[in-house]
Amino acid sequence: MRKSKKIDSIPGLEKAIQSKISRRKAEKIPVLTVSAGTCGQARGSLKVIDSLKAAIKKENLTDKVKVRITGCHGFCEAEPNIIIYPHDIFYQKVDPKNGKDIVTQTVLGNKIIDSLLYVDPVSGEKAVQESDISFYKKQKRIVLGDNALIDPTEINDYLSIGGYSSLVKVLSNLSPEEVIAEVKQSGLRGRGGAGFPTGSKWELARKSKGDLKYIICNADEGDPGAYMDRSLLEGNPHRVLEGMLIGAYAIGAREGYVYVRDEYPLAVKHITLAIAQAKELGLLGENILGTGFDFKLHIAKGAGAFVCGEETAMIASIEGRVGEPRQRPPFPAVRGLWGKPTTINNVETWGTVPLIIDRGAEWYSQIGTDGSKGTKIFSLVGKINNTGLVEVPMGLTLREIIFDIGGGIPGGREFKAVQTGGPSGGCIPKELLDLPIDYESLTKAGSIMGSGGMIVMDEKTCMVDVAKYFLNFLRDESCGKCVSCREGTQRMWEIVKDITEGKGKPGDIQVLEEVAWACKDASLCGLGQTAANPVLSTLRYFREEYEAHIKEKRCPAGVCTELIRYSISPEKCTGCLACLKVCPQEAISGELKKVHVIDPEKCIKCGACFEACKFDAIIIE
Amino acid sequence: MEAVNTKVKSILTKHNMEKKDLIPILQDIQAECNYLPRQALQIVSKSLEIPLIDIVGVATFYRAFSLKPRGKHVVTVCLGTACHVRGGPKILDEFQRKLDLKPGETSPDGQFTLETVACLGCCAIGPVVVVDGDYHAQTTIRKAGAILKKYKKEKKNEKV
Repeated sequence: MRKSKKIDSIPGLEKAIQSKISRRKAEKIPVLTVSAGTCGQARGSLKVIDSLKAAIKKENLTDKVKVRITGCHGFCEAEPNIIIYPHDIFYQKVDPKNGKDIVTQTVLGNKIIDSLLYVDPVSGEKAVQESDISFYKKQKRIVLGDNALIDPTEINDYLSIGGYSSLVKVLSNLSPEEVIAEVKQSGLRGRGGAGFPTGSKWELARKSKGDLKYIICNADEGDPGAYMDRSLLEGNPHRVLEGMLIGAYAIGAREGYVYVRDEYPLAVKHITLAIAQAKELGLLGENILGTGFDFKLHIAKGAGAFVCGEETAMIASIEGRVGEPRQRPPFPAVRGLWGKPTTINNVETWGTVPLIIDRGAEWYSQIGTDGSKGTKIFSLVGKINNTGLVEVPMGLTLREIIFDIGGGIPGGREFKAVQTGGPSGGCIPKELLDLPIDYESLTKAGSIMGSGGMIVMDEKTCMVDVAKYFLNFLRDESCGKCVSCREGTQRMWEIVKDITEGKGKPGDIQVLEEVAWACKDASLCGLGQTAANPVLSTLRYFREEYEAHIKEKRCPAGVCTELIRYSISPEKCTGCLACLKVCPQEAISGELKKVHVIDPEKCIKCGACFEACKFDAIIIE
Repeated sequence: MEAVNTKVKSILTKHNMEKKDLIPILQDIQAECNYLPRQALQIVSKSLEIPLIDIVGVATFYRAFSLKPRGKHVVTVCLGTACHVRGGPKILDEFQRKLDLKPGETSPDGQFTLETVACLGCCAIGPVVVVDGDYHAQTTIRKAGAILKKYKKEKKNEKV
């Protein structure tokens, strides 16, 4: 990497931004943009990049075609995907062996390769550009969209899309109070889960007395099934840094931390690099741009404790202690890291701030609903056709997100529920599909917004098993400080586990509800207070499933191992031997072209035969 | 033994003997030694003047730390919600059977450690299994054997 020259004045930064913008505009050569976030890499995008580069070299196009390696574009289902500019051609599921054809046919010959186009799972139509794809149509990608435009390891790429101009605006024109007023007016609420108004949080910290104040970026994205923060840190780390710089200026903080999950190696790498580049350019450190504003930023890597997403636990963890939450008040805004006023915001919140400054609070507050402004990124995962990160205006309905953007449920199965809000959230049934999504509506439905995980479940998902899953997670992650949470999650798990194993008794549901409310009412932090939500919401909407397990010893979805048995349909079995070959227990007998039979005595219900059968002949009941 | 000593001392120096850096220090030791040896914790305790019991408290609170040596190959099965609804537990069962290990255990020959993780954030490609940092997408019960074979083979090659 070339060393950048330190910029020591606001006009200097303005000039640098302008020059990068014009250079980008003047760039007339084709650009191959490859999505290479963690999912992209896991699906082989690095090999695709190698093959594209090799093809470019072979055709002597090194100066005539550019390859831009970007973070995740959000459409994980289609990884590895590439966009070819200037015609915005979108290719999905690219294989390294396609590299040569892409360069020779599409880049040189202007020919579209049909087999690499995205096919809509509902209409069967092929899409040439991103904008033709239904996954993108109802989205409003103001925060996430820039991921596709920049190489996250290059600060100059960020500058070339106007990055850091909000910082220029703040440092040259606005007082800290004016910045806070702007953020307040925008209506932005914390994207980490609870939805506290960001501007008010900043104001509290600004007004707190103290010479030293801290800000923290909460990147300890612990909710299983949510990964928007990872994607932002991987794909656009400077956006988050810019937000933090603006926040630090507004609050009067001179030091900050990014607390990032160690399970996200690429995010750690990119944010570390971004901090080093910003420092080199003079955007971090002492006397930033000659304005007298100092800001130092450190990285703290999480060590695998979910509870550290709670702000007081996170502070304890940064201080080098066991991550146990403490009583609030005093709130961190008054007494936080090392006893000093501290503001903690989530990655997505920090990443939204530069937009609000750039385009104004009024513009931002026009997006969304009355109480919930702006857009929210959701990770749409589970039993869904178009898995990915979707950024939508608040107020869109679940149906629009799951069916219009997500393309519905695979395999023609029926939608059963969507789980939002991670382990603190709940399951929302199909009767509520037309619910407009915002903080209040989700809470009313017995769930929460949380960090934005949206796990779609179909008829083959057992809701009692889902409750067991979250309870197992929570009993493991409870820090153990409060009895109600430590024992409550453990007992609830035991009861639900018994139910899934056919040992449920009449009265279990009542005990479960009683423990659930005790855990909710008597625990100190958000983890315990919301730990009962997965149980209470599944009981609220899927009580009959609990009853089937308890009274009839039956798992209607065919998931709970103790309550199901495997057999082979004589009508459907073709006698192909596939299941027989994969059975680890030799529990299946049969000959070629004759119906096979499972010996229930030997069967351990591992599911290998179900997976192997191409004729749907394995019956689970 | 002497090697551990030197490594720990240099890690402590890198962190300027700062008490507040306890967690990064333990992370660095684990990265160097593959686990947290008792001897290393004793040195940290003495150098930073933190009681050993508090250090062990921190080391056992956070999932990332291990007080026992971990295997040469670490097999991590993702049990995030998306992987769960797509059959993650059945994949874990298969790895348990194939390796004859429970989550958190290491094989007696020191080759494999089986671990679980609550989410790796690549839900689109679930169920996910990571071996030594390599992601295996859309794992099936039948793929489990093939995944492990690759790493067992490496072991054989090394012997030659």
